[in-house]
Amino acid sequence: MSDVCIVGIGIHPFGRTDGVSGLEQGVFAVRQALGDAGIEWPQIQFAYGGSDAAGNPDTMVERLGLTGIQFINVKNGCAAGGSSLASASMAIQSGAFDLGFAVGFDKHPRGAFNALPAEYNLPDWYGEAGYMITTQFFGAKIMRYMHEHGISQTSLGRVAEKAFRNAVHAPHAWRREPVALETILEAPLVSDPYTKFMFCSPAEGGVALILASEKKARELGKPLIRLKAAAMRTRPPGSFEVFAPSIDVVRGGSATNIASADAFRIAGIGPEDVQVAQLQDTEAGAEIMHLAENGFCRDGEQEAWLAEGRTEIGGALPVNTDGGCLACGEPIGASGLRQVYENVVQLRGDGGGRQVPGAPKTAYSHVYGAPGVSAVTILER
Amino acid sequence: MRAIAEGLFTDDAPPRLIGGRHRETGRIVFPCPESNDYEAWPLRRDGTLWSYTVQRYRPKSPPYAGPEDFAPWAVAYVELPGETIVEARLANVGLDEVRIGMSLELTQIPLDPDATDGVLIHAFQPAGGAA
Repeated sequence: MSDVCIVGIGIHPFGRTDGVSGLEQGVFAVRQALGDAGIEWPQIQFAYGGSDAAGNPDTMVERLGLTGIQFINVKNGCAAGGSSLASASMAIQSGAFDLGFAVGFDKHPRGAFNALPAEYNLPDWYGEAGYMITTQFFGAKIMRYMHEHGISQTSLGRVAEKAFRNAVHAPHAWRREPVALETILEAPLVSDPYTKFMFCSPAEGGVALILASEKKARELGKPLIRLKAAAMRTRPPGSFEVFAPSIDVVRGGSATNIASADAFRIAGIGPEDVQVAQLQDTEAGAEIMHLAENGFCRDGEQEAWLAEGRTEIGGALPVNTDGGCLACGEPIGASGLRQVYENVVQLRGDGGGRQVPGAPKTAYSHVYGAPGVSAVTILER
Repeated sequence: MRAIAEGLFTDDAPPRLIGGRHRETGRIVFPCPESNDYEAWPLRRDGTLWSYTVQRYRPKSPPYAGPEDFAPWAVAYVELPGETIVEARLANVGLDEVRIGMSLELTQIPLDPDATDGVLIHAFQPAGGAA
């Protein structure tokens, strides 16, 4: 089986870009990625594209060129980006193609996501009574986790503080101003225990990643950034997901547990080998819980990790080096690919003020979405 | 006042929530799915607080059908021992008095406290009355 390499990356800055559609932001990212790879559009053989609210990605061909390529649309909640990358990887591993891309973009209205019960196989009363709100799930999940594992609200604040500090150096990030820990902790609560700085916002943006077989990558003369694993998995029994009118008394694992374990097995490495990680942080506690769910530490160790700065850019395991979802916002279709974009930047040594020192060789990304899907990728230089 | 939907509560006094029990695995869920795989299963009325958060902004309408006036409310997950963990409002307890592990019992509250012809939703309150 051929190794899959990432040979080109492109990103449209995240945040708010009035007057530019989500699809146009995706096209911008594709063109940038083509330029980065040094190839022309007609060479591209296939694409997988994710968008939750900004139209069907395959319609991009009208802007990019009607070459007749295979272009498959992916809709997997917040894990759409990771899912399209996993699919694109398989298309090359199978030997069917040797040059294609994964793209994601989105453009959400302001305010919380506006989900409807019927889309999630739930009765109408659930929404009428005020439960169709993702922030409730996030608040309740971390509240239980803090109770069981001794995590303080200060640690939640430290995660958000780090995100905004890292994003100062990321040109594609939305919120690039540092925010003091006290300001974060004393801000109005949105869903307890989270203040407004501890939640990310729906946003806009686009990301494209060009994938090639190893043979093709060598022909292009690009530095070999290998996609060692790309695993997308769904939830096991006893997991706790968004929009849950009830959850099982017998507690179980998570989609992330499964995707992470499979990705490490496929890549043939362990958590101790990872030198930089992008973990889904739609809210501050998610980064904390995902550190453990992905196997980087045991439950409860995060309190000391954060106090000691282990997840800082200069720490033992730098996490969310571009500010993550907290600072970049979340355009659903693009978000998981932004994480991989950032990892490629880090492995190339192009991170500038946010570059992880010591020339990292192994990078990890993880994205989680409703109603219980996770995607993990592992890159090696 | 009527319930917000059919099939949520039993006709008992006081009422119980109607869950669903999977005929083969015995797994109990709430509400009862519209599926022959599940049989209606009246849930116990007592439980303990498993986790919670506070809804501090008015949800968007649709789908929210509550009043325009907004006051924060607590959303809880209540463990009914041996059955399931149910998502529900908390009632008759101050937001700063909510504690994981506290004993709770089922009650019903109006979705809109000021409506004369409103609907009832399920909630839990401190066992034995107000905290």
